[in-house]
Amino acid sequence: MSNVSKTVTLNMGPQHPSTHGVLRVVLELDGETVVKAEPVLGYLHTGIEKTMEDKLYYKAIPCTDRMDYLAPMSNNLGFCLAVEKLMEIDIPEKVQWVRVCLAELTRINSHLVWLGTHALDLGAMSMLLYAFRDRESIMDMYEAVGGQRMMTTYIRIGGLAQDIPKDFDKGIRKVIKTIKAGLVDYETLLTNNEIFINRTKGVGVLSAEEAINLSLSGPLLRGSGVNQDLRKANPYSSYEKFDFEVPLGKNGDAYDRYLIRIEEIKQSMRIMEQALDGMPEGPYRAHVPGIVLPPKEDILYKMESMIFHFKIITEGFKTPVGAVYQAIESGKGEIGFFISADGTNKPHRVRVRPPSFINLAALPKMCEGNMFADVVCAIGSIDIVLGEVDR
Amino acid sequence: MNEIVRAIGNVFLKMPKGFVVTLRHFFKKPVTIEYPKKKKPMAPRYKGRHYLERYDDGTERCVCCGLCAAACPSDCIYMEPEENEKGERFAKVYEINQIRCIYCGFCEEACPEEAIFLGHEYEFSSPDLNSFIMTKDKMLVAHPRKENPFKKLIRKARKVYGTVDK
Ligand code: SF4
Ligand code: SF4
Repeated sequence: MSNVSKTVTLNMGPQHPSTHGVLRVVLELDGETVVKAEPVLGYLHTGIEKTMEDKLYYKAIPCTDRMDYLAPMSNNLGFCLAVEKLMEIDIPEKVQWVRVCLAELTRINSHLVWLGTHALDLGAMSMLLYAFRDRESIMDMYEAVGGQRMMTTYIRIGGLAQDIPKDFDKGIRKVIKTIKAGLVDYETLLTNNEIFINRTKGVGVLSAEEAINLSLSGPLLRGSGVNQDLRKANPYSSYEKFDFEVPLGKNGDAYDRYLIRIEEIKQSMRIMEQALDGMPEGPYRAHVPGIVLPPKEDILYKMESMIFHFKIITEGFKTPVGAVYQAIESGKGEIGFFISADGTNKPHRVRVRPPSFINLAALPKMCEGNMFADVVCAIGSIDIVLGEVDR
Repeated sequence: MNEIVRAIGNVFLKMPKGFVVTLRHFFKKPVTIEYPKKKKPMAPRYKGRHYLERYDDGTERCVCCGLCAAACPSDCIYMEPEENEKGERFAKVYEINQIRCIYCGFCEEACPEEAIFLGHEYEFSSPDLNSFIMTKDKMLVAHPRKENPFKKLIRKARKVYGTVDK
C-alpha cells in the first residue's frame, strides 16, 4: 500500500495568466507528471450562434467579429462568403483582392499576438512588447480602413463597407515594412535562443496521424507535417491567383509551430505585396439589386437605389431554402460557417466551426504523460482565443 | 555531441545577438505616448460618439424615418416622431443607449439624410449610468457650427459644384 502514489488534482485557471482568457484546465498530477488534463470550457459563452439566428443576415456580421477578436476580418470574410454562396452572388475582382489583402493582414495580426503571448508565457517579456508594438501598425491600418481598431465589420455581404481609402496601398506597404523590420528582431531573439528551444522542442508533440484523427487544422496540423491549407486545397476569394508556399513542420512540436507561424507571416506579406501590385480597378460592391446594399453615393441621388436601400435595411433579403458550408483558412486554422436557410430573411441555424475549439481538443494528448511545466507551453502553442472557443 | 555543440554555439554566439536587440532599444525613441497629455489623432473613418447633423440654416436633418433604428444590430436607438407646423417630420425624442451601442456605424450607413454620423470622440466614460443615454440635445451639433473656416469653404464649394471627391 505504501508504494502506491497518490495523484493531486490541480485547477489551472480560469483566472490564470497563461491560459489566454478564461480557460480552466483540471490537471491530475503524479508528482511533476501530468496524468490527466481536462479543459473545462464555457466561461466566456455568449451565445453568438443563437444571436446570429435572431438577426437579419447583414446584421449578423458584427457578431462574427466578436468570436475571434484577433482575426475580425477573417471571420467577416468567412460569414460573408457563406451568405454569398447561398445567394449565388458574384463578387467583383477588386473586392476579392482587397479581401485577400485584409485576410492576410489579419493573419499577421493573429500570429503576432500569439507570438508575443506565447513567448511571454515562456519568460521572454520583451517579445510581447515588440510584437504589440508592431501590431499597432496593423491596428492603425484597420482604423484607417474600417473605422475601428478591433471590431472592424468591414467586409460585408457582396463587397466592402466602404471603398478602400486613398492611401491603402501606402499604408499596407508601411505595415509590411514595419513587420519585416520586426521579424528580424523576433528571430534574433527566439529562433536560436537556447532557453526558448529547450522549452519548446519536443513539447506537445503530435504525430501526423494523431493530428488528422483529432481533425486539427492550421499551423497545428501543418506543424505535424500534413500539407493541408484551404487557401491551396479549396481556394476562395481568388487565392488561386496568388503565389505562396505552405510551410510544413517535421516533428510536430511547439518549436515547429513557432517556425511555421513565423514563415506564414512572411508568406502573408508576400501575398499582400502581390495583391497590392496587381490590384484591379472596379466597384467596391457587387451590383445585385435587392440583396446587396447600393453604394451610399447612389442613395442620395437615385430613387431606385433609395428604395432598395430602404427595403434591404428594414427587411433584409429572402434566401432560397438550403444549407451552405463555407470554410476559410484563418490564422488559427479552418474557420467554417454553416448556414441553414429556411427561406425567410433570417438564418434558421448558424453553426461555426471554430478552429480554436477543435484544436483545443488536442491539449490532453499533448500534455498527458509529460511534465507539468510544459502545460503552459502546450496551451500557448495551440493558439486559442477563448471568445471563439466558447462563442 | 552535435546537440551540445549547437547548444554551446547558440548560447555563446547567437544569444548575445538577442541581447543586442534589447539593448539597442535602449537608445530608440519610445513608441508609447503620454496619453492624457498627448493624444493620437484618430483616422478619418474612426467611429466614436454619435452626432446629429443640421442643415446650414440650423434645422435638423433627421426626419425620424427610423432606418437607423432598423439597421442597428444591438437595437439601441429609440425615437418618437412628430410633425412641425409646416408638416415636416422631425424626431421629438431621439435616444441612443451608448452602453448597448457597439459602434458599428450601421446607423450612419443606413441614414438616407446623412443626419447621424459617428464622430471622433472616444472619451466619454462616466460613473453615472444614466448619462450614457444620449438624448437629442446632447447629440445635435452646435449651431452655428464651430468649424475650421477652410473646411467650411470647401463644403460650400462642394455644394455649388457638386461633390468633388467621395
Ligand atoms: S438619423 Fe437618419 S436614419 Fe435615423 S431616423 Fe433620422 S433620418 Fe432616419
Ligand atoms: S453604431 Fe451601430 S450599435 Fe451604435 S447606434 Fe449605430 S447602428 Fe446601433
